[in-house]
Amino acid sequence: VPTKTAGFTLERARLANGLRVVVLPDRSSPVVAVAVYYDVGMRSEPEGRTGFAHLFEHLMFQGSANLGKTEHFTYVQGSGGILNGSTHVDYTNYFEVLPSRATELALFLEADRMRSVALTQENLENQVAVVQNEIRVNVQNRPYGGFPWLSMPPVLFDTFPNNHDGYGSFVDLEAATLQDAQSFFDRYYAPANAVLTVSGDVDPDQVMRWVEEQFGDIPGREVAPPPPFGEPALTEQRWGVVDDPLAPAPAVALAWRVPDPADLPSYLPHVVLAEVLTDGDAARLQQRLLLKDRIATSVGGYIGVMGDPLDARDPTPLMVEVHHAPDVPVATVLTALDEEVERLAQDGCDPGEVERTVARMTARYLRDIDPVLGRATHAAVFEQQRDRAELLNEVPALLAEVTAEQVLAAARTLRQDNRAVLELRPGGSA
Amino acid sequence: MTAPRTVPSLAPAKAFKVPAVSEATLDNGLRVLVVRRQGVPLVELRLRVPFAAPAGKRGRAHVAQSSLLSDTMLLGTARRDAATLARDLQALGGTLSVGSDPDRLGFAASVMVDGLPGLLGLLSEVLTSASYPKHEVKGERGRLLQELAIHRSSPGVVAREALLARMYGDHPYGRDLPEDADVEATTPSRLRALHASRVVPEGSVLTIVGDITAARAMSLVKKALDPWRSEGARTSLPAAPEQEGRRTLLVDRPGAVQTTIRVGGGAPTRTAPGYAAAVLANLVFGGYFSSRWVSNIREDKGYTYSPHSGIDHGAAGSRLIAGADVATGVTAPALLETFYELGRIATVPVGQDELDQARRYALGTMALATASQAGLAGQLSQLAGAGLPLTWLKDHAAALQRVDPDDVLEAGARWLAPSLLTPVLVGDAEKVSDSVAALFPLETQ
Repeated sequence: VPTKTAGFTLERARLANGLRVVVLPDRSSPVVAVAVYYDVGMRSEPEGRTGFAHLFEHLMFQGSANLGKTEHFTYVQGSGGILNGSTHVDYTNYFEVLPSRATELALFLEADRMRSVALTQENLENQVAVVQNEIRVNVQNRPYGGFPWLSMPPVLFDTFPNNHDGYGSFVDLEAATLQDAQSFFDRYYAPANAVLTVSGDVDPDQVMRWVEEQFGDIPGREVAPPPPFGEPALTEQRWGVVDDPLAPAPAVALAWRVPDPADLPSYLPHVVLAEVLTDGDAARLQQRLLLKDRIATSVGGYIGVMGDPLDARDPTPLMVEVHHAPDVPVATVLTALDEEVERLAQDGCDPGEVERTVARMTARYLRDIDPVLGRATHAAVFEQQRDRAELLNEVPALLAEVTAEQVLAAARTLRQDNRAVLELRPGGSA
Repeated sequence: MTAPRTVPSLAPAKAFKVPAVSEATLDNGLRVLVVRRQGVPLVELRLRVPFAAPAGKRGRAHVAQSSLLSDTMLLGTARRDAATLARDLQALGGTLSVGSDPDRLGFAASVMVDGLPGLLGLLSEVLTSASYPKHEVKGERGRLLQELAIHRSSPGVVAREALLARMYGDHPYGRDLPEDADVEATTPSRLRALHASRVVPEGSVLTIVGDITAARAMSLVKKALDPWRSEGARTSLPAAPEQEGRRTLLVDRPGAVQTTIRVGGGAPTRTAPGYAAAVLANLVFGGYFSSRWVSNIREDKGYTYSPHSGIDHGAAGSRLIAGADVATGVTAPALLETFYELGRIATVPVGQDELDQARRYALGTMALATASQAGLAGQLSQLAGAGLPLTWLKDHAAALQRVDPDDVLEAGARWLAPSLLTPVLVGDAEKVSDSVAALFPLETQ
């Protein structure tokens, strides 16, 4: 049986203003990752302002208390580092990976934009144009753009937080104002709504002193806990269709709600189930649709609208995505898929199936947390959503506890009458 | 508001340490490189098998054959069918994938450290007895044709295909994707013959990085891969053609909301005397976020989301490709600014600050790229494929330190000058061709 351990040391603190800090020292390479997670994502943006959480992420690079436009980039890259930010349904993150000589600088840079953002109308308009071009390149000008991550939520969910387009409509993006940005910042970018992680070649005591110096005098503000976004379970199958004029071949996506991820022991069997069905050539749907029936071009599956099962709150779906040839009817794909799910729900897993699936999930997880950035991001989201950065080391053991009986029970929840189906119809093939 | 704060300065630089590499060549000719890197209990493997296409017409079929070979190599061996092989790999906590490009076949694997003997056994079985079963090859052929149709519907792929064809003509680098007819004509027996003659240890390099001692890794590799034998002969590609400036090509994509801009040219190899200067000239122009091009067409004008310019290396030559996807309505203005910035880097000296900033970025990111098991394995394998040791990184760091503004100007004039480049656009011809034609002579396809 392969060894399954991760033993990273971890220290944490909470500043008087509410900022939570996790330090993961590792002196093996002279590099450091710094990540800040704000507990606000696409689900929290106001109606009439679709895409605002993501637009605001762009604005956080446009200037801050002591820095002008582009200076954040020049300081990070000029010290030999890389940087980015990303907006998810439940959080927005900002991160740098740098030579460890730049640790204090990176903390200064993150503190400076937590202190305040410096926005101008010109910079706002510039970033609206940049985001519109991001949407063009990733969605409008690309075959299968936004499928199914943008096109499934309106079929699966009923309430605005869960079912709107998180990239945003051009009308809403153009309507955004500086006042919107300031209110969003005041409400969601408070120290007490953030987690800071520092991972890599650092002395934890020194880091804690720097954090106190840089972040300690940012005034604390009251923050409300994120509201529950849950919706009632589906009681009948839903069916949506999206026309994609650029796509040459059809595709179909299916989504089922899974239990609240907050309850890990109930939730993890569904995460394993998604892998039993779709992870690689040994998985059930690959075996059936790709290798046996040869009715699909590709099969994928995952939990979470954006694909990471360990970083989403409730409600979140298990999704399966199948691309198939134009001469294969979608009904043929669904019939084969339903038979496979039914077979699993009836007969359960084969001997060793859960163990080998978990073995690869564990290896992939460990591979994700080998780079300092992977450690910083996983620890941050665990601390933010579960008050438990230690999960970084505990995930392999938790996965190992998942049993074949639990996966069988999870498979029985994948019914036709509680799922959403989204058909992509191609316009690229005449 | 609180008083302005001072920006902390950087601590002294730490010396860039290159990890020690253990090296051996097996009796069968396979070179093996091992680096012990603790952290997580995993091992990363990369295997590069030289796989150059033959010249001329046979070269065209080779693209299809190597694609299909890599797609079907894991679908059966003398002892296991596809499903058994996939399950056995999974049980080890292992992944194994095969890919191809005009230079090589590339195998990438990772596995729990305790699963390394098992993974090497499966790899050996694939290398010595991949069976290319008739039914599986037929199925993959159909799937590959579907995938190619999907690839070709993407404007980025259309632009890349057009650019490579224009830059390299009949040279194998001029073809990235196979032709449908060549895929259809590829038989299991052809794949078996190709495997026997070309998937050979002589000239191949296996790289192992992970939580394992070099002695143990070497001993496991020797035991597992000794049965792999060379009967075929290595081939190499002819040198890629020297790049020259070409007329702008517009590929019509009616209704496109963006124009996909790609500009290609030659670049120096890693060991050419002016390489470090070319790296820095490219960075200052458009190779990182703080570059002039990104500041201009994104942060100042909002024409695009993702402009980037990079150098990549093949066995037969290196190249520079700059790309940006711009809103259709600003196509000509975006090209104007792009060629302004290219002309500027080719004719006007860079400032010392701008150069130092790019230099610190180049040096710092070298340390980042080797700081994980997977990153280090990839670096080591790529360099080995180019015949370079990992210590080349130290030489490159020293060369980056020596570059001055005159060197950057010389490199800019040699590699980034507009007159030496090949631009390709994929966009809505009706909307953009008149304004683009006002800037440059334009061919439409």
